[in-house]
Amino acid sequence: MSLTKEQIAQRIAKELQDGFYVNLGIGIPTLVANYIPQGVNVVLQSENGLLGMGPFPFEGEEDADLINAGKQTITTLPGSAFFDSAMSFGMIRAGKVDLTVLGAMEVADNGDIANWKIPGKMVKGMGGAMDLVAAAKNIIVAMQHTNPKGESKLLPACTLPLTGVKCVKKIVTDLGVFDVTPDGFRCIEYAPGVTIEEIKAKTAGRLTIAEDVKEITF
Amino acid sequence: MNKVVANADEAIKDIESGMTLMLGGFGLCGIPENCIAALVRKGVNNLTCISNNAGVDDFGIGLLLQQKQVKKMISSYVGENAEFERQLLSGELEVELVPQGTLATRCMASGYGMPAVYLLAGVGTEVAEGKEVRNFNGKDYLLEYAFDSDYAIVKAWKGDTMGNLVFKDTARNFNPMMAMAGKITIAEVEELVEPGQLNPNEIHTPGIYVHRIFKGTNYEKRIEQRTIRKR
Repeated sequence: MSLTKEQIAQRIAKELQDGFYVNLGIGIPTLVANYIPQGVNVVLQSENGLLGMGPFPFEGEEDADLINAGKQTITTLPGSAFFDSAMSFGMIRAGKVDLTVLGAMEVADNGDIANWKIPGKMVKGMGGAMDLVAAAKNIIVAMQHTNPKGESKLLPACTLPLTGVKCVKKIVTDLGVFDVTPDGFRCIEYAPGVTIEEIKAKTAGRLTIAEDVKEITF
Repeated sequence: MNKVVANADEAIKDIESGMTLMLGGFGLCGIPENCIAALVRKGVNNLTCISNNAGVDDFGIGLLLQQKQVKKMISSYVGENAEFERQLLSGELEVELVPQGTLATRCMASGYGMPAVYLLAGVGTEVAEGKEVRNFNGKDYLLEYAFDSDYAIVKAWKGDTMGNLVFKDTARNFNPMMAMAGKITIAEVEELVEPGQLNPNEIHTPGIYVHRIFKGTNYEKRIEQRTIRKR
């Protein structure tokens, strides 16, 4: 069986290391916060101006002045800090954020990412995605392996307008885990019940299979 | 020194059609509700608005869009607004999309007296088109210019009559750097106090940047995504 969105998030959470400052994008990346391993302390950065993002508030305790980058009501934690948008992107740009997890429409086998614009459709804007992908030390993409038409989202080159170039380091899809290497995508893990043949068939970009490729465990 | 004005209508009285305004806020969080309402009442149009977002259909900058007062939006994300989409697709409205950090930093540069800065975001994308690229230490950067705005309109939690401002939680967002960047900066605050009542150690925006200040009223503080957890 291919992974659910929750399982994609759960697998990405295994990449978290104690002491990491992490920015989680909207969608599957947000779910990563639910699977932070025991004993691993990370600080979540919300690019609208908060380090130390806590869980959603209890009913009745929502505060319009306290939201995350997805405009959801949230809470702080002991040790949280607020700051303005210039400082927020300053810390991102200066490489202080250890890991960024975000969704994508397409990833190319050289690490290019497209996730903000489909020509001819309504353009909503890139928000902070271009700043994050340009600067983060480590970028993991969480996405489905194929689009709703069944077409591969792991491509030889992006067809959509780029968000950033040569920046994605790792991709976790419903089918497996892939490193971005000079030789293209390298499959290092596959989802339970998914075959290497299926992964090969659904990956349009250059693909190698790691010698020690193994089934994903949680 | 007299920076205190009676209300939003007085604060924006000399804003004219065709001007460029910065408006603080992220989504509907920390937006200058009173001044937006006053701009709607005044009916100025052909405005260029620099703001991270464009509000929703019936709140925030959406209220200015409803009355077709905006000629151009300079924003990073405009996805929550159907009227915005309609005006954009019909060609009534121009939009310049700017990466969020670049938007914040172009405001900051203005407030720090820096004409331009080199920034990473958008290198190799369509955002880079027509921009000077310069390589520092093996990495390419884009030359991005400081914004030039006639007025900056911000919302703070507390302010004193000398214009010193304190923001609350994530309602700070773009407000401090926009406050620094206006040729004339207007601040609306929830609590207006006398000098000495704010701790000088805790001022986010020093009053030198603020020209007009007033106590706002009837804040709605609408929540876009009310998310809660079970007890």
